[in-house]
Amino acid sequence: MSATHTPRSPRTASRPNRQAAGHRLALLESMLRVRRFEERCVELYSAARIRGFMHLYIGEEAVAVGVNEALTDDDAVVSTYREHGHALARGVPAEAIMAEMFGKVTGCSRGRGGSMHLFDAGRRFYGGNAIVGGGLPLAAGLALADRMTGRDRVTCCFFGDGAFAEGEFHETANLAALWGLPLLLVCENNLYAMGTALARHQAQTDLALRAAGYGMVSWAVDGMDVFAVEDAARKAAEGIRAGTGPHFLEMRTYRFRAHSMYDPDRYRDKGEIEHWKERDPVEGLARRLREAKELTDKGRTALEDRLAAEIDRAVEAADQAPEEPVGDLLKYVTSAEASRP
Amino acid sequence: MTATRTRTAGPTAPGDRKTTYREAMREALREALRTDERVFLMGEDVGRYGGCFGVSLGLLEEFGPDRIRDAPLSESAFVGAGIGAALAGMRPIVEIMTVNFSLLALDQILNNAATLLHMSGGQLPVPIVIRMTTGAGRQLAAQHSHSLEGWYAHIPGLRVLAPATLTDARYMLAPALADPDPVLVFEHGTLYNASGELPADAGPVGIDRAAVRRAGADVSLITYGGSLPKALAAADDLASGGISAEVVDLRTLRPLDDATIGESVTRTHRAVVVDEGWRTGSLAAEIAARLTEQHFYDLDAPVERVCSAEVPVPYARGLEEAALPQVGGIVAAARRAVGEPAPTETGTPERPPVTGREG
Repeated sequence: MSATHTPRSPRTASRPNRQAAGHRLALLESMLRVRRFEERCVELYSAARIRGFMHLYIGEEAVAVGVNEALTDDDAVVSTYREHGHALARGVPAEAIMAEMFGKVTGCSRGRGGSMHLFDAGRRFYGGNAIVGGGLPLAAGLALADRMTGRDRVTCCFFGDGAFAEGEFHETANLAALWGLPLLLVCENNLYAMGTALARHQAQTDLALRAAGYGMVSWAVDGMDVFAVEDAARKAAEGIRAGTGPHFLEMRTYRFRAHSMYDPDRYRDKGEIEHWKERDPVEGLARRLREAKELTDKGRTALEDRLAAEIDRAVEAADQAPEEPVGDLLKYVTSAEASRP
Repeated sequence: MTATRTRTAGPTAPGDRKTTYREAMREALREALRTDERVFLMGEDVGRYGGCFGVSLGLLEEFGPDRIRDAPLSESAFVGAGIGAALAGMRPIVEIMTVNFSLLALDQILNNAATLLHMSGGQLPVPIVIRMTTGAGRQLAAQHSHSLEGWYAHIPGLRVLAPATLTDARYMLAPALADPDPVLVFEHGTLYNASGELPADAGPVGIDRAAVRRAGADVSLITYGGSLPKALAAADDLASGGISAEVVDLRTLRPLDDATIGESVTRTHRAVVVDEGWRTGSLAAEIAARLTEQHFYDLDAPVERVCSAEVPVPYARGLEEAALPQVGGIVAAARRAVGEPAPTETGTPERPPVTGREG
């Protein structure tokens, strides 16, 4: 089975030239940070420095980076187990994420979460949820609290096409629309629920169409185009802030790597993967910026060097960081334990 | 004696207030809603219907639909929404109609509420209270009658409460809401209509300790929730036969108050655990194991357990009664423990087999 998306949005062909070059370069840097960070993670995983399940976002970077542009520091993000990109885009430091994957006390979850459970309460990043769909009700609750207290905030929940088959999606969509919650539902449709292709797990594969059935504003977006993603997310966030209730964005995207480091990727056609790589969101943007003379070869090299140095520092710091003492095993099971000296 | 002693019976004193378990619960909710604007009640039919068991009747009119929030039949979504709201600074009270239905929200309770604090390295406490009805005795058959609070008591990160008295129904909610971590409150369905006098001096209670509801010297009946009235009735029966039974009400099922349980057994040297859950892998099993670990040399007899029969709770009255712990079974177990099997009892006084076929 060869899986493809047919983008419905006509605005992917040409972009309004209203964004400053600096903004476009910042988007490239943000996406490239995710890409290079994860490439380093692969090396570290192969070297057994990172263990457990690790799910790579490579290929989907435009979604996290583009959506984040529509969010403020006061907004909240709820994520999945494929959340390195969401965390980095949100501003969680690479050092804290790397240390978490090394299982160190300086990790953003003090070594208790690993790759799938990155948290940063200060940045309102409510974490990697490894139960497919499990973050959706929680996101509705964050939005409900804002609604009840009159706070002008948006809660953004990322989830995949696999989660669209979970009851949690449908329960949450109904509840959020019913109560008009300020919730941005971002479905990262990468065409596979682990190894099962979309058409093998959804009776109706037009997810935006189905979400619209809950009375939410919904549409599909070319998730390989960071401008299209940013534009859609801004429109949705504006609608939410204007009080028109939850919005649903189906981000049509693709992961270039296997589901996880354990996945032999037997269920996808190599040609399909290569076809999608032609639409690489990172290199696609770099190409456009070069063509627009906004990015020189020298500039690209400098950017790569800067990111490599940042990731080097993250790995070095993670390497040097102490582990949590085993005596603190039970710490944080309850608040009483957490406040124990 | 460190356990809380709470009056459950006795002469009416001036100032005592006639109430029911249901009304006491409602009064606790009303107080919470009045004193803390972060508190709201959310669940199926809590508003216009007045609560499936009538607990929240009238609260919608007093506090409005924002704070007495009728939810769609989406246990996972509204329990999860309660967790999210708690993370964002609210103090939600989520009502689930019965513990059987709570299984639809088990993922949220276990994988989010109980886990987030630890998994986030201490960043995300979840101050939520989740109330639900538990237990059998009303001929509601298997899907409305089970006692699964023992499952929840298995889960680190949760506090599990089982108010069994009017005083606890009235006063356990406030400390539950003050707890920074998730608290589950199990209300036995047969208790809602329990009526009596709320003592004039009844006031704030703790949620850390078990309570000795009746002092005794010969055997400890250790129980909680809907089985407390049965254990107290059994103690009356035993007293008429010259056996002095102490009744310990666990009140908090997690964390268990080992000290109060242990002190009681250290005095009586015999223990009967009464638990409406199924015997295998039950809370009763946990208590029996702890007693043998911590008080092996204090015990003069094997720990007895009176649990539900290992069967989905049936509808027919006779079958349902046979499936549940009953006063007669508690009395018989206590008599076995003290070595005085009832004279009317036929056959051998041995303990029942532990294969799970028996109740």
